[in-house]
Amino acid sequence: MFKNLKQSLILTVFTIMLFGLIYPLFIFAVAQLMPDRSIGSPVTVNGKTIGFENIGQSFTDEKYFMGRPSAVGYNAASAGGSNKGPSNPDYLAEVQARIDTFIFHNPDVRKEDIPSEMVTASGSGLDPHISPQGACIQISRIAKKRNLNTDQLKELIRNNTEEPLLGLFGMKRVNVLKLNIALDKLK
Amino acid sequence: MNTEILSIIIIFIASVITAYPLGRYISRVFKGEKTFLDFFAPLENFIFRIAKINPDKEMDWKENMKAMLTINFIWFLWAMLILSLQNLLFWNPDNIAAMEPTQAFHTAVSFMTNTNLQHYSGETGASYLSQLLVFCFLQFVSAGTGIAVVALLFKGLSNKSGSNLGNFYNLMLKSCTRILLPLAIVLAVILLINGTPMTFKGAEQIITLQGDTVNVARGPVAPMVAIKQLGTNGGGFFGPNSAHPFENPNFISNIADIISIIIIPVAMVSALGFYLNRMKFAKIILSVMVVGFSGLVIPSIYYEMNGNPEIEKMDISQPLGSMEGKEVRFGPASSALWGIATTCTSNGSVNSMLDSSTPVSGLMQMLGMQLNAFFGGVGVGFINKFTFIILAIFISGLMVGRTPEFLGKKIEAKEVKLAIIVALMHPLIILGGTAIASHIWSVTPNAGEFLKWLNNPSHHGFSEMFYEFSSSAANNGSGFEGLGDNTPFWNIGTGIAMLLGRFVPVIGPIAIAGFLSQKKYTPESSGSLKIDSGIFGVVLLSVVVILGALLFFPGLALGPISEFFSLTH
Repeated sequence: MFKNLKQSLILTVFTIMLFGLIYPLFIFAVAQLMPDRSIGSPVTVNGKTIGFENIGQSFTDEKYFMGRPSAVGYNAASAGGSNKGPSNPDYLAEVQARIDTFIFHNPDVRKEDIPSEMVTASGSGLDPHISPQGACIQISRIAKKRNLNTDQLKELIRNNTEEPLLGLFGMKRVNVLKLNIALDKLK
Repeated sequence: MNTEILSIIIIFIASVITAYPLGRYISRVFKGEKTFLDFFAPLENFIFRIAKINPDKEMDWKENMKAMLTINFIWFLWAMLILSLQNLLFWNPDNIAAMEPTQAFHTAVSFMTNTNLQHYSGETGASYLSQLLVFCFLQFVSAGTGIAVVALLFKGLSNKSGSNLGNFYNLMLKSCTRILLPLAIVLAVILLINGTPMTFKGAEQIITLQGDTVNVARGPVAPMVAIKQLGTNGGGFFGPNSAHPFENPNFISNIADIISIIIIPVAMVSALGFYLNRMKFAKIILSVMVVGFSGLVIPSIYYEMNGNPEIEKMDISQPLGSMEGKEVRFGPASSALWGIATTCTSNGSVNSMLDSSTPVSGLMQMLGMQLNAFFGGVGVGFINKFTFIILAIFISGLMVGRTPEFLGKKIEAKEVKLAIIVALMHPLIILGGTAIASHIWSVTPNAGEFLKWLNNPSHHGFSEMFYEFSSSAANNGSGFEGLGDNTPFWNIGTGIAMLLGRFVPVIGPIAIAGFLSQKKYTPESSGSLKIDSGIFGVVLLSVVVILGALLFFPGLALGPISEFFSLTH
């Protein structure tokens, strides 16, 4: 028994060094070769970091395209989903409230044109994307707020739509942060 | 829509095909034959020399299990120590507090047993030191333990006589260095290329485009995510696991992650074929697993893509399907595939919040863990299957009136008794645990406010508790995460469930292999049961399904099945 204990102890020390230190440090060394040194793909505007490419952020201002609802209010220090079940009456009331809010902000939109991702919370609470449909239904609001014409905005969404890989893997989607940065540049 | 289904078929076929050569390679590692990674040998031998371990000294099943339990106990103490002191140690840029004792116990057990059920949230509950020196380390060696014990099992089955099954220490270390480490490096680099961070910098404060101040948590994510996917661990760096955009930035990383979940469990079956030189038997087992897996995944994909009927009633179009708890970049089909892959393999990582799945998906995810026989965890997956194989052989032996035999060895009362104890332990933990939890809930006055366990009422609330114990017993680690589980009851209760769910199904089958190994070998004759026939495959599948249905149907009827009928279709 004692022999086992000593053998196990030494083996443990070496495996901790190997898999807890050397392996991560090796990956860290590889990470230094990546374009942004793997610090999370920051996005800068006018020299200031205003976000990370894949981390969604909250857009409540009507002059911006809005993203999906988030169970954690896009808190990137404590991410999470709602974990509400599909039959939960409180949850269904919340979805109804989100629909009403959306219609309030976008009075020209018919309910059946709202895609479900615009009224449901994502798993991470930080989903950076919406579907192109989710962006298109916000065009008329943004056009009014910014005095832009709708064709310009349609064009903007088309340019910012990411296609599925090889037309097969993934969904058509729009990164809301990138879309809004491009929107700010429109004159 | 159809491209989504096509894409997941391609992903699934790709994983099964890549698993085939990997199985041959694993079999060579187990047998100590030459491999292209032999340059690790000097390092391994150096470690063995200092530890005074003779890697070539073979041990019987008892000595091997003693070694396994001893080293696991040391790992547990190490994890407890670091988690309880993480506030005082280095690599803690975000000043994270120490874990309280029941949570530290739960977390230590969880990572040691390859479960990785998390009652903390990574970005607020664990320092970078804990993430690497405890979690990343344990995700390797706990997976290595699973792979090593299946190697002991293979040896026992291939022995014509004698009681030696191999050397646990040797197999454990080599499983880590030769199988897990190279794959983890490949996956980690794929993740880095796709944007997963690997930095020791703490959270960054930024001012967003519309002017809010936000802290963005990050850290040494890539290496940990790689091993959690490959070792059927599932313990994520961040709370939302692989739904978090840093852990799983795009669809390419998603494909790589899904393949990583199932590649080693599938490869283990082909490794069995190569090791015992019984490819046909391996193919029968694999077919049973693929049929079972498809039976779970197809309904789940169908219902996720169809969306939530209650939201349909609100006149909202669901072109993408059910999107609560899901990410737009993955969509419902590949989220459903992940949900079933992760529960069938005892992985437990998630790319969508399972608690918000449609009822049929929830049912299939729970069944994946409760049957625990389709793919399963690295190594231990096949060990679970082995228990069912023994039972299936026993039952078919009874049906045709012959002495049950497996690979030329007689299966007798002792082996069958052990197999039954192991097979019944799993439902006992799940049903017993859920019964206790439900009882406490029902007798506590004003339980909702007082206990704060359930995030959802009615059937779904029951499912949250049922799921938690299923996940613990199957050493899975996913959760219906709405459950308020960081309480002494859940920390200790599921801690015990994980320990039983890990060690009973390992020690029992290894003992059976030890007994079989010593028995007299009689070559198969025309009178033996043909285990590499399609009929045996059907019997095996029936044993799994009938046992599972009988044991778990009542519980499932109270949870997801009732919820399904309560939704208006």
